[in-house]
Amino acid sequence: MERTPKIVIEHLNFTYDDGTESLLDVSSTIYANEITVIFGPAGGGKSTLLRVINRLNDLAAGKSMTGRVLLDGQDIYAKEVDVTALRRKVGIVFAQPQPLPLSLRANIEYGPRLAGVRDKQKLDQLVEQSLTQAALWDEVKDRLNDSGYALSGGQQQRLCLARVLALEPEVILMDEPMSGLDPLSTAKIEDSMQQLKQLYTIVIAPHNIQQAARVADNAAFFLQGRLIEEGTGKQLFTKPKDKRTEDYIMGRFG
Amino acid sequence: MSRFAIQRLGIGFLVLVTIAVIVPIVLVVGTIVVQGLAAINGEFLFSAPRNGMREGGIWPAIVGTFWLTIGTAIFSVPLGVAIAIYLSEYARDNRFTRMIRLAIINLAGVPSIVYGLFGLGLFVLALGFGSSILAGSLTLSIMTLPVIISTAEEALRSVPQSFRTVSISLGGTKWQTIRKVVLPNALPGIITGVILGLERAAGETAPILFTVAAFYLPTLPDSLLDKSMALPYHLFVISTQVPGMPLQLQFGTALVLMAFVLSMTLIATIIRSYYRRKRVW
Repeated sequence: MERTPKIVIEHLNFTYDDGTESLLDVSSTIYANEITVIFGPAGGGKSTLLRVINRLNDLAAGKSMTGRVLLDGQDIYAKEVDVTALRRKVGIVFAQPQPLPLSLRANIEYGPRLAGVRDKQKLDQLVEQSLTQAALWDEVKDRLNDSGYALSGGQQQRLCLARVLALEPEVILMDEPMSGLDPLSTAKIEDSMQQLKQLYTIVIAPHNIQQAARVADNAAFFLQGRLIEEGTGKQLFTKPKDKRTEDYIMGRFG
Repeated sequence: MSRFAIQRLGIGFLVLVTIAVIVPIVLVVGTIVVQGLAAINGEFLFSAPRNGMREGGIWPAIVGTFWLTIGTAIFSVPLGVAIAIYLSEYARDNRFTRMIRLAIINLAGVPSIVYGLFGLGLFVLALGFGSSILAGSLTLSIMTLPVIISTAEEALRSVPQSFRTVSISLGGTKWQTIRKVVLPNALPGIITGVILGLERAAGETAPILFTVAAFYLPTLPDSLLDKSMALPYHLFVISTQVPGMPLQLQFGTALVLMAFVLSMTLIATIIRSYYRRKRVW
């Protein structure tokens, strides 16, 4: 099958002034309609990379960046880019489920409403569609006016996924989205990811190597800010070329 | 002395100190309620003073304090909340914002009589508002601002950072994030701070002394530029400036002023505990 490049990263260098995490000369291509896994030990730059791709790092004080990130060939750091539109195109799910202190419905409608969607029918349709895609609709359809906090942790995280889906994004970033979840919720989200990749490009930093191996079409191994090795999931997790990748996958460090 | 004897002695001391704090409050409130309650009736509350204030009621002073409180709220709340939003959400830590913070801290420490004289100089004389509700409200506003700013800033900062990040990540602008997520969640804290600030303004005498308060004015104010009686000043006047003043009226006036201020505290407390129970984060 022909693969379409969705995100192209060219010689990306990124450092925080406090030296917590950085990226060193990272170049990579993320393909459309695939699940790309970025994995490696903590502090390797996974979260930073995700936050560079949707410019959430704009919020951080004290950082410097060189290199380019292209989305569909467009430099997302170019002056004329509308950052809010970019973030709607490139949604993110965080490690901790973070419902806003609003009803389930209002959580889903939040993004579309900010973008100016007022049509009740359209909003209702977005709520049902995104909750269905996030495998949560059947569990909550009768209590959409309950608080987002009335849900279990696993349901909350699916709510957060649904909230991103309601933006009708093109790319979904997931930063250790299953780290606090029970196996059942994890399975549900992994299942829905297989559906979602038909429609979206997914970049996920899983919290463990087993999950990385389960979901990866494509994988990239990060160590201390450097991209050590990338390849198809099958190749990387069974026949890694680099010794460090192999050591990490075998559990010799990290 | 055994360890247990020392412990008992220590606890006894703490209890004693606690009682020493409570006793004056109970005495003050108790005396005012007991002595003042007899003065409270329809005529006292709703009629103007007569016969050199030795008879009649305090209605003009109640109305005056009410309008002063409203006026103070109108000026100080939007300004104070706006400054708090700027400091909490926009300001970077630099020399300029440090100067603003220093100014706010100092403003809170200025003696109230100084505010009164400042109001006299700026609002009454220089801006030509004369001794009026407008000048008094503005003076009280300046005095109230530091309280409102610091409590509102505190309330804004206590909204979890993650809410802001989530809102921005869903395509919100900074202002949309403040308006839809930060402000609604900080509102209970802001309201509490506002009420506490206004309550202080309502009870103050010195700032209104030269800027609005009338010694004896049985008619009600009918414009912002009118002088007015006010409860704290009226209480001062009838307690010290009028010979032969019936004690009962003095206690009655004190009771009304205290009830006014305490009821505002009560409202603030109710709002705070209501939202604290409702809060999910």
